[in-house]
Amino acid sequence: MNKKLDISPVHTDLETLLKKMYITMLRIRKFEEKTGELVSAKEIICPCHLYIGQEAIATGVCSALRKEDYVFSTHRSHGHYIAKGGSIKTLMAELYGKITGCSKGRGGSMHITSPDIGFPGSSAIVAGTIPLAVGAALSFHIRKKDTVSVAFFGDGATNEGAFYESLNFAALKKLPVIFVCENNFYSTHMTISDCLSDTRIYKKAEAFKMPGVCIDGNDVLKVFKQAKEAIEYAREGKGPSLLECSTYRWRGHVGPNIDLDKGLRTKEELESWMAKCPIKRLEALLLKQGILSKSETHQIEKEIEREIEETVVFAKKSSFPKANELQKYVFTEN
Amino acid sequence: MRKLSYVQAINETLHQIIEKDKNVFLVGQGVISPWYVGATTVGLIDKFGDKRIIDTPVSENAITGVAAGASFTGMRPIVMHPRMDFMYYAMDQIANQIANWYYMFGGMKNVPITIWGIINRGGEQAAQHSQALQSMFMHIPGLKVVMPSNPFDVKGLLVSAIYDDNPVVFIDDRWLYKIVGDVPKEIYTVPIGKGAIRKKGKDITIVATGWMVQKVIEAGSILQKDGIDVEIIDVRTLKPLDKTLIFKSVKKTSRLVVADAGWRTCGVAGEISALVTENIFESLKAPIKRVVLPDTPAPMSSVLERAYYPDTNDIVATVRSLFKQHRRTLGGKK
Ligand SMILES: Cc1ncc(C[n+]2csc(CCOP(=O)(O)OP(=O)(O)O)c2C)c(N)n1
Ligand SMILES: [Mg+2]
Repeated sequence: MNKKLDISPVHTDLETLLKKMYITMLRIRKFEEKTGELVSAKEIICPCHLYIGQEAIATGVCSALRKEDYVFSTHRSHGHYIAKGGSIKTLMAELYGKITGCSKGRGGSMHITSPDIGFPGSSAIVAGTIPLAVGAALSFHIRKKDTVSVAFFGDGATNEGAFYESLNFAALKKLPVIFVCENNFYSTHMTISDCLSDTRIYKKAEAFKMPGVCIDGNDVLKVFKQAKEAIEYAREGKGPSLLECSTYRWRGHVGPNIDLDKGLRTKEELESWMAKCPIKRLEALLLKQGILSKSETHQIEKEIEREIEETVVFAKKSSFPKANELQKYVFTEN
Repeated sequence: MRKLSYVQAINETLHQIIEKDKNVFLVGQGVISPWYVGATTVGLIDKFGDKRIIDTPVSENAITGVAAGASFTGMRPIVMHPRMDFMYYAMDQIANQIANWYYMFGGMKNVPITIWGIINRGGEQAAQHSQALQSMFMHIPGLKVVMPSNPFDVKGLLVSAIYDDNPVVFIDDRWLYKIVGDVPKEIYTVPIGKGAIRKKGKDITIVATGWMVQKVIEAGSILQKDGIDVEIIDVRTLKPLDKTLIFKSVKKTSRLVVADAGWRTCGVAGEISALVTENIFESLKAPIKRVVLPDTPAPMSSVLERAYYPDTNDIVATVRSLFKQHRRTLGGKK
């Protein structure tokens, strides 16, 4: 980032916003690192798809949202949940399969929820939540609210028919939904060029006559600005947008390892992306602009680490669901 | 005889058939990956290349239709779904197109396709990564459904599925992959529509599917010590079902338990019970019992998983309860 920081007029209290985004990204990073350790230690059993490396996207987008706006997530869900304001205590407890977990130990890492903050849930079926996000937007449209809905999904999800059907319907009805594609260039063991005939995902918006852009998904400010624009556009009733954010997942598809031994990607590729760490980038900016000092960032880091240790203590001392309550929550009682 | 594991038997069959028959090809998510489909497809891509071993984008619906379309021209495609849960996306192609085609066109065009679906559950994977959908496919007219429970059958039934002129849903189970058994080296078939008796007995018949066959065999030896001599039937094919074999056994033992790790309502076990009561009601001395999954989505927490999946103990307890409740009819047995 060069010379004076210019991100006006996107936020009135710029410094607070930047600090908040820094804290959120760091919280996601530290939470995921801890989760990875706990998976390695076999403390956590459920499959965890870590968000490390992609923090700027959830953070940038959710920072531009209101609490009442809705966010829909995927199998790689922790970052979206944390950025929208979900409790990390109940998240950790969910990963442990405890009754105090956000989904009462029924869902695990891929199925987390916090309806009170506009996070109805994450789904492990690729592209499965894209139509749901459009549905929430439809309801805002019917009830003439200026609330918006966000669908987070990966590049792999753009292989599914549900993605295209959703884009068309949202554009047709001018629904207030923002399609945020986190392009990390891989869908499990396959690279994006093995999956898409045209890898420029943002271009697909054109076919539906909606705005589509591709941005650096490791630049939280860019993500914030672009999301803000799309959100405003949606609030004004102009319809959906497609935001492609390029990024990279540092760990393997699932689990804590970097998976270089699987022969799917090179060490050089991983390292080049690690050099573009979204958190380091914002930190450098904050230090340069004098918004935070080195000792302050250090203090923030310590504070977050402490907060995360607490989540582990909480999760560990919580009880497991009772086996005789297996069938609880199949139906709700009217 | 030579021993192979269940997974090696699948792998060998694919190698042999694809080698032998230029009309057979394999398409599906993860077919080139060493880990995505539990080593079932190891070595295929190196031997046959990417024209006949086709890894695909995450597009279940289209890919299933694509495979069916190729079968119209005389090929015998195998379309693989790494988890049954993902097959819901392919349901239109399977249930509306493929299953109906032959009948709908008055027998003018058959669809000789193998639709391979893998059951992959446990390990806290939760509701969207655990499903065993055999009953759903069994419900649909026009589909044959096979579910091999051991290495010998998995080879023979896969060959039969590929060479059947109808669509066959071939269901295997990752919980069976390490089971070792006799497997002839040469290509052979296990007939579709024929069950097998795994243990002869006189007191009670237990009919089981897939993974549950292994559990029932374990239960059988425990019950033997109680003095209960069970006859175990492995149905192997769910549709068309080997009614003759089941009826003959129940006529002899007068008691029936059906074990299937699918949901209770409208399940395989319900269907088999109905057939027995409809046809040979007079030979029953006790109510038919089902050892199945409760009508509940797969939970995440290990504690709930243990309560959810039926196990050897559940089979033993169910059989014992029948003999306790109906001791009067047992005549001298303890
Ligand atoms: C319908 C369906 N098909 C296949 C899968 C298996 N699967 C899980 S994640 C994934 C890749 C998704 O890639 P992408 O959307 O780019 O997300 P990323 O993992 O890169 O975050 C696949 C194929 C699934 N969960 N659902
Ligand atoms: Mg991806």
